[in-house]
Amino acid sequence: MKTSRGHALSTLAATALLTCSGAAFAAKTLVYCSEGSPEGFNPQYYTTGTTFDAVSVPMFNRLVEFDTGTTNIVPGLAESYTASADGLSYTFKLRKGVKFHSSAKFTPTREFNADDVVFSFTRMMDANHPFAKTQPGTTYAYFDDMDMKNIIDKVEKVDPMTVKFTLKKPEAPFIANMAMDFASILSAEYAEKMKAAGNVETFDREPIGTGPFTFVSYQKDATVRYKAFDAYWGGRPKIDNLVFAITTDASVRYAKLKTGECHVMAFPKPADVALMKNDPNINLVQQNGLNVGYIAFNVEKKPFDNKLVRQALNMAVNKKGILDAVFQGAGAVAKNPIPPTLWSYNDKVTDYAYDPTKAKALLAQAGYPNGVEVDLWYLPVTRPYNPDGKRMAELIQSDWEKVGVKAKLVTFEWGEYRKRSKTGEQQSMMFGWSGDNGDPDNFFVPLLGCSAVKGGGNVARWCNKDFEDLVQKAKATTKQADRAALYEKAQVIAKEEAPWITIAHSVRFDPVRKEVLGYKMDATAHHYFTKVDLADK
Amino acid sequence: MFSFVLKRLGLVVPTFIGITLLVFSLIRLLPGDPVEALSGERGMDPQRYQRLLHEFGLDRPLPVQYGDYVWKALHGDLGLSTITHESVFREFVGRFPATIELSFCAMLLALAIGLPAGIIAAVKRNTVWDYSVMGASLTGFSMPIFWWGLLLILTFSVTLGWTPVSGRIAIQYDIPPTTGFMLIDALLSSDKGAFRSALSHLILPSIALGTIPLAVIARMTRSSMLEVLREDYVRTARAKGASTLRVIGLHALRNALIPVITTVGLQVGTLLAGAILTESIFSWPGIGKWLVEAIGRRDYPAVQGGLLMSASVIIGVNLIVDVLYGVINPRIRHQ
Repeated sequence: MKTSRGHALSTLAATALLTCSGAAFAAKTLVYCSEGSPEGFNPQYYTTGTTFDAVSVPMFNRLVEFDTGTTNIVPGLAESYTASADGLSYTFKLRKGVKFHSSAKFTPTREFNADDVVFSFTRMMDANHPFAKTQPGTTYAYFDDMDMKNIIDKVEKVDPMTVKFTLKKPEAPFIANMAMDFASILSAEYAEKMKAAGNVETFDREPIGTGPFTFVSYQKDATVRYKAFDAYWGGRPKIDNLVFAITTDASVRYAKLKTGECHVMAFPKPADVALMKNDPNINLVQQNGLNVGYIAFNVEKKPFDNKLVRQALNMAVNKKGILDAVFQGAGAVAKNPIPPTLWSYNDKVTDYAYDPTKAKALLAQAGYPNGVEVDLWYLPVTRPYNPDGKRMAELIQSDWEKVGVKAKLVTFEWGEYRKRSKTGEQQSMMFGWSGDNGDPDNFFVPLLGCSAVKGGGNVARWCNKDFEDLVQKAKATTKQADRAALYEKAQVIAKEEAPWITIAHSVRFDPVRKEVLGYKMDATAHHYFTKVDLADK
Repeated sequence: MFSFVLKRLGLVVPTFIGITLLVFSLIRLLPGDPVEALSGERGMDPQRYQRLLHEFGLDRPLPVQYGDYVWKALHGDLGLSTITHESVFREFVGRFPATIELSFCAMLLALAIGLPAGIIAAVKRNTVWDYSVMGASLTGFSMPIFWWGLLLILTFSVTLGWTPVSGRIAIQYDIPPTTGFMLIDALLSSDKGAFRSALSHLILPSIALGTIPLAVIARMTRSSMLEVLREDYVRTARAKGASTLRVIGLHALRNALIPVITTVGLQVGTLLAGAILTESIFSWPGIGKWLVEAIGRRDYPAVQGGLLMSASVIIGVNLIVDVLYGVINPRIRHQ
């Protein structure tokens, strides 16, 4: 270990020497080993965390934002907002004095105002907007997939510092949606200037935002470089330069963290976590993931149309055993469809206790005294909420076997898996979800709502009127406490009706080197470096 | 000679058709499609799905898609990547120098060690030298690159701290890609340490990638040398009283090199295939890493274009080797 520290020191010394020659003081450069290349530099087109980490997080802001580490909404480019009593309109008071970045091709002549907000959203909403389509193959992925065009009716500028959103229907999660990456605010002036210069591509390729870091350069598959934005409205970041060193292999990222070639690494391998815990140079930060892994029973198919069977198979699974074997300590048993970190989580719900005898009795009562044969689909890939689908499936298979249920394990290629699940071909299947915005609606409606049966996201194909009424009412209610009460009731129904076996909420880890100060993990699995500092060496 | 080159060129046409057909159908045989691969658990808005399918041209019959691919490829248009929406040709050209640089260094290493090792093994046949060279080259040949690369990193970077773990150059150097070859770009930049840094980043990946060609070259040189050393003219040379060095270096080696050159040419394919793994481990921003990603995400245009370009390079190099071979050995071109 001594030598590796020596190498790290020499690297740092070299950095310091080099920057010394250029500037009077050593610049602080933080290197983050990211897991992949960004797909592009416009936050409106993409859906992956990798791209958001490199684009919307460092370089852009939203009207409202998540408080790092939680899903609490805090003011962003809007200082405040008011919702109308009917929940159909939201008026945002914008922040004054917010500056956009400048680049070699663009120097902003004005500060951020309502025009930028109107531009950013109408571009996505209106297919006839002059900037609706600037490149072939691009689509407003998140905006379309979250069905925002059926939520937002119009966006209007009331005065230069006030914007009003009118909705097509009351939609309480709207505010949480406004904090999501796709709702980043772009510069209308930059778009116009680039268009006038006949260079619309530049608008998408060389990002100009209001965020804490400005874009310096991108070398494909190698590095993305940023520097601190001195005029950032939220206060200049403490580090001077931020570099993303793109390193796709998790073992290699770990090696680079050890030698000091990077300060923070993305997504460690679960198998490396124990080693990292004992490494004196590494702080292993952890946080409960905003996610859930589950087994869904297709209630449209026998034998899962029978509630007793679903309950029986819930009781037949030893979740504790799965957590130990599959998650190796990096997970918590799930009893509700939402994780405990989310508001409205109902801790009073009691989970089905592991009880094979009772499960057998229930199965007999349901008309299957001699057991039954079923298909169980399992995940072909590692997902944030499930590190090893196959292993989990084998454990469940053996648990079910003990109560007389023979499960045939089935899987497909990941795209095919999702495609087929939408058609309801499955009998029972393993799936999961990572929350986007910290609103409980973001779990209940896309995963268990009646409209999601048709849309395909509800793979249990479970449509329960009582549950649906509660979550729809909560959608149309603006006060959070009232909504929470409704969701708590909905969770009781979901447990009793048992369309799922809720398996686990995973724990996420971010390994950072000891010299990194003030690093906080984000709830939605992004990586923020705005408030991070590096200790002087 | 001219007709020989023409004949060789004529063979390129069916090869090209074969490659395009193979690439086109293989990527489509993989389950999943490029549009589906863009979505996650949430799934995709059906309208957006249809729109993208249409824009990527995937809603047309397969023969039309194939015809379009070949027609455009012949005009130098490889389409747009479904992930980055950039021209596949540009994506390829931007990354190719990194792969060439790495492959070149790996081949240089393989020749610099493989040739002398093979000669020594042949000359000192059935001695401990011979056995060591043959044993080492068999081990090198059987080494999975992925494992070998990680082992190199753990030993030389993490434990000993001699070399950097991965990447092309240390983070503090932000060198714009003028030629795309980091060694040259680093020299052109005013930073003095940049070239050294770039060179140190090349060591481990070159070893990882060069090991298999090294083993092949060593074995090939040995067997070819052994054959030549038995020839009458070598015996004559010795009888004439020429020094051992002269006999081996001048009389034997020159004739022994012919099959070795062919092997080197064939190794270009091995290098490009090996680069896929090496680049993934060493975060080397070349075409190998890019293609792996493209296959994983079902980026049809990138896979089709990228493989076609790589295949063209291999065909081109083999064509040159064939012609060179003809130049060196007149018997070949008159067959």
